[in-house]
Amino acid sequence: MRTIRIGSGAGYSGDRIEPAIELAEKGHIQYLGFECLAERTIALAQQEKMKNPDAGYDPLLERRMRAVLAICKAKGIKIITNMGAANPQAAARKTARIARELGIAGLKIAAVVGDDVLDVCKQGNFPFLEIDGRIGDLGNRLLSANAYLGAEPIVRALQAGADVVITGRVGDPALFLAPLLHEFGWANDDWDSLGRGALVGHLLECAGQITGGYFADPGLKDVAGLARLGFPIGEVSEDGNVVITKVEGSGGAVTEATCKEQLLYEVHDPANYIQPDVVADFSNVTVKQIGPDRVSISGATGKPATPTYKTSVGYIDSYIGEGQMSYGGPGALARGRLALEIVRQRLELCGVQMNEQRFDLIGANALYGSELSEGHDPYEVRIRAAGRTNSLAEAVLIGNEVETLYTNGPAGGGGAFKSAREIIAVASVLVPKELTSPAIQLFEA
Amino acid sequence: MKLREIAHSRTGDKGNTSNISVIAFDPANYEFLREHVTADRVKLLFASIVRGDVKRFEMPTIGALNFVLMDALGGGVTRSLAVDQHGKSLSSALLDLDLPALRG
Repeated sequence: MRTIRIGSGAGYSGDRIEPAIELAEKGHIQYLGFECLAERTIALAQQEKMKNPDAGYDPLLERRMRAVLAICKAKGIKIITNMGAANPQAAARKTARIARELGIAGLKIAAVVGDDVLDVCKQGNFPFLEIDGRIGDLGNRLLSANAYLGAEPIVRALQAGADVVITGRVGDPALFLAPLLHEFGWANDDWDSLGRGALVGHLLECAGQITGGYFADPGLKDVAGLARLGFPIGEVSEDGNVVITKVEGSGGAVTEATCKEQLLYEVHDPANYIQPDVVADFSNVTVKQIGPDRVSISGATGKPATPTYKTSVGYIDSYIGEGQMSYGGPGALARGRLALEIVRQRLELCGVQMNEQRFDLIGANALYGSELSEGHDPYEVRIRAAGRTNSLAEAVLIGNEVETLYTNGPAGGGGAFKSAREIIAVASVLVPKELTSPAIQLFEA
Repeated sequence: MKLREIAHSRTGDKGNTSNISVIAFDPANYEFLREHVTADRVKLLFASIVRGDVKRFEMPTIGALNFVLMDALGGGVTRSLAVDQHGKSLSSALLDLDLPALRG
């Protein structure tokens, strides 16, 4: 049976660069995907684009493209990425300029557009999924609305001969499903194949998280070579089943255990993994080690896609102010508690208006709260006071009240830190697919 | 016996919902996990953190359980006040769960 090999070159925007180069050089791959777009990133990128029409794409696009463009062009490896963020056209133009500078002639670059559905959302005033209210309630705090598009426009770009496809918001697995649709010609209602393809994408989209990254627990789950972790390759058959592997000699490990952790990562109901192209069903998947760093994953199926696109709505939510300070040695915990009590009282005395607040003892209860952490006395503790406010000026006061512990608080506090920041949050709505019009634009170096 | 002796786990987040997998190292222990690591126990363990329901999904073909914790992340990674905004560390606390000794 025919197979194609797809590499995953990044699992998030700030990910390591060299594993992608290793994949391009030694991975014998035909496609290299880069998933770089977190939930809130596109809202922040939208703000940048508003200030500068040539900005708003991934800040690491240039470094990544400079690292892999020449090798990929020489070997015929196609690049697919969502590094376009809020401005895929500008990202495509930038990539064309980089290609010319590197002396790569004839590189075809496609930008996928149409995920920006802000106007449709304003008009439709859709209700939020997880929180109360509707888009209209946000008023002028509304910043962006981007639909998670499917694989179809990426497939169109590949059919048009693109060497590099740059998208904004698409379902992360679609970056990897698209080349399968393009190569194997699956029908857009071949739900089982689409379900298997979505699983391939889901397994690959977090890069090192399936090859031993984010897995090690010394003594129980040891992984060698994490400093030179190899990123994954999906060897996909025409029937959609996949073998996950990595470049020989790279760090990390591909085992049944690493694959199972990634299989369930960010999944809710495994029988209904909703993607723009298909509702995938992972409930009968089998995972089998078939060789060193080779794991076969098969048995996913699929059901018809939903009539809507999940859409991320970015908005100005609030402001968060924060302050931290460390206490050490005997009695550290007691002084930390006293310090927090003082800050609590100070914020009240000064009339700081907070909608929500937290007083943490980092090292004692910050991750799980007091109940779960009971009975463990640390030798050092870091206090943290954080509060949500309606203005930046008010948020600043929170960190200030921690800092003043230097001369006003318990003995021996050190290492004060304070911050105050605007919070851009996201919420989700469903947008009917027929109200959107995904499209591609072609550029050539 | 602690859960971490027979299972491993990873936490994921989507919005204000957390999911925590519990995967048997040896698939033969799946039924034991299914019996002892229930949605109610997980809800009780995280009672001070998780405000919403806890649902459990079963994955017998890979020997795993998947817990979905609603309203669990202080509004989600983009707006949470917590140090660990994703709630990534929840899996480590779950693996500290006490279990009876394995039979046989």
